[in-house]
Amino acid sequence: MKYLLLIYGDEHAFEAMSEEERHDVYAAYGDLMKELAETGQSVAGDELAPTSTATTVQVRDGERLVTDGPFAETKEQLGGYFLIDVDDLDAAIDIAAKMPTVHVGSIEVRPLADG
Amino acid sequence: MTTVAEVVDRAYRDDTGRAVATLIRATHDFDLAEEAWQEACEQALRTWPQRGVPRDATAWLFTAARNRAIDRLRRERVGREKTAAAMQIAELEAMGDDMHEIPDDRLRLLFTCCHPSLALDARVALTLRTVAGLTTREIARAFLVPEPTLGQRLTRAKRKIRDAGIPYRVPPREALPDRLDGVRAVVYLVFNEGYEATEGELIRTDLCAEAIRLARLLDHLIPDEPESRGLLALLLLQHARRGARTDAAGDLVTLEDQDRSRWDQELIDEGLALVDTSTTEGPYELQAAIAACHDSAPRPEDTDWPRIASLYDELERVRPSPVVALNRAVAVAMADGPDAGLRMLDPLADDLDRYHHFHAARADLLRRAGRGAEAADAYDRALALVANDTERRYLDRRRAALAV
Repeated sequence: MKYLLLIYGDEHAFEAMSEEERHDVYAAYGDLMKELAETGQSVAGDELAPTSTATTVQVRDGERLVTDGPFAETKEQLGGYFLIDVDDLDAAIDIAAKMPTVHVGSIEVRPLADG
Repeated sequence: MTTVAEVVDRAYRDDTGRAVATLIRATHDFDLAEEAWQEACEQALRTWPQRGVPRDATAWLFTAARNRAIDRLRRERVGREKTAAAMQIAELEAMGDDMHEIPDDRLRLLFTCCHPSLALDARVALTLRTVAGLTTREIARAFLVPEPTLGQRLTRAKRKIRDAGIPYRVPPREALPDRLDGVRAVVYLVFNEGYEATEGELIRTDLCAEAIRLARLLDHLIPDEPESRGLLALLLLQHARRGARTDAAGDLVTLEDQDRSRWDQELIDEGLALVDTSTTEGPYELQAAIAACHDSAPRPEDTDWPRIASLYDELERVRPSPVVALNRAVAVAMADGPDAGLRMLDPLADDLDRYHHFHAARADLLRRAGRGAEAADAYDRALALVANDTERRYLDRRRAALAV
């Protein structure tokens, strides 16, 4: 089954980290990405630019509404994602629990609708 | 003479978990498994009165359910689902007719129903429905929710199991302790729901008995697991006192004032035999050991309060919580006098200010210490917070008895 792992965290706290600390986080994500690629469980994954770069688009009554910022203001922001292909939810949860930022942020595990 | 309905009822109660668990393993479909089993029972109710009750009712019902499941897979699965269905049919056909010969799949069922990615109320409902074989109506009544609400809760849970890919298996060794704890938490919650139920709620299915049945099953399926054994012992030792917990008017009777001859000695003996006094480490074991202290005291004054206090001490170490600290303070008060207990209660005031048991316990200790006016204030505070009528009447009586 395919699952999208949505990586949430406090992006201000991330920006406030030292160069070195951030480097460690990226390195850890790189290692995990490699591990998942080797086991054939990774489909895709990437980091997102901060929510300050986000634009939200809606069309209502034929009118296009384009606004600055993410769809919802939240304490933790979506900062990246992994798309994985594994046997079941338990396997997806195990991978989510290995995310380098899971100790400070949250990982939302969402199955794709048609598996 | 037992009637056909009684035989079917009995089989439904005893065999639902086992039959449904195996049908789910083969079909990966909770609804299909449940409905096939349900239909087999209905078929028995229709045909047995004429044809007679078969020698092995369970085997008959399981075979009928299996055939129903095969029929439905053949009829309902179309398109690309057909390949999977063919394999499932082959697996069902390969099963013998004798359910007793088929491996017990209830452990997988239990772990799936208690999966942490399901909401707690859904875990409880699903476990009672599929593992314990209660009807939706019985569960709805037991939890005082409308039947359609409970039905939706079950439907959503089953849909999530399917759509989110919750596995149907016993977790691997490294995940087992955590997941077992989760299963025990569900069983304990079922028990407490029944334990808290009081007068005016007599229609409630005996959730305590169901919880004991589940605890027994867990202890049977994974034997020699100290915490599962501790849970079973705890439930037996608490349930043993049910006959004495309320008086003829339905009012609550405290442990101290209970008529101990009304305790169920058979359950106590069974519970005590399960309490291993040499190695009590886990929270359920410790709580069982505490219950054992109460249940083995012939009179209230025979209670080994210093041992209870030290067990609570240990419990606070492994599972710290303000409520455990409260109980520990009460035990210390019984062992060393009310003042010692009161000193331990003071630091808990912030955490437990909204908890009526805290104020009730404090009131009782103040009363014992001869501080009547303060006791009255504490009872008032407890009365302002209590939600349950039986407990309110009890607190009212204690408040009135102060004669302040």
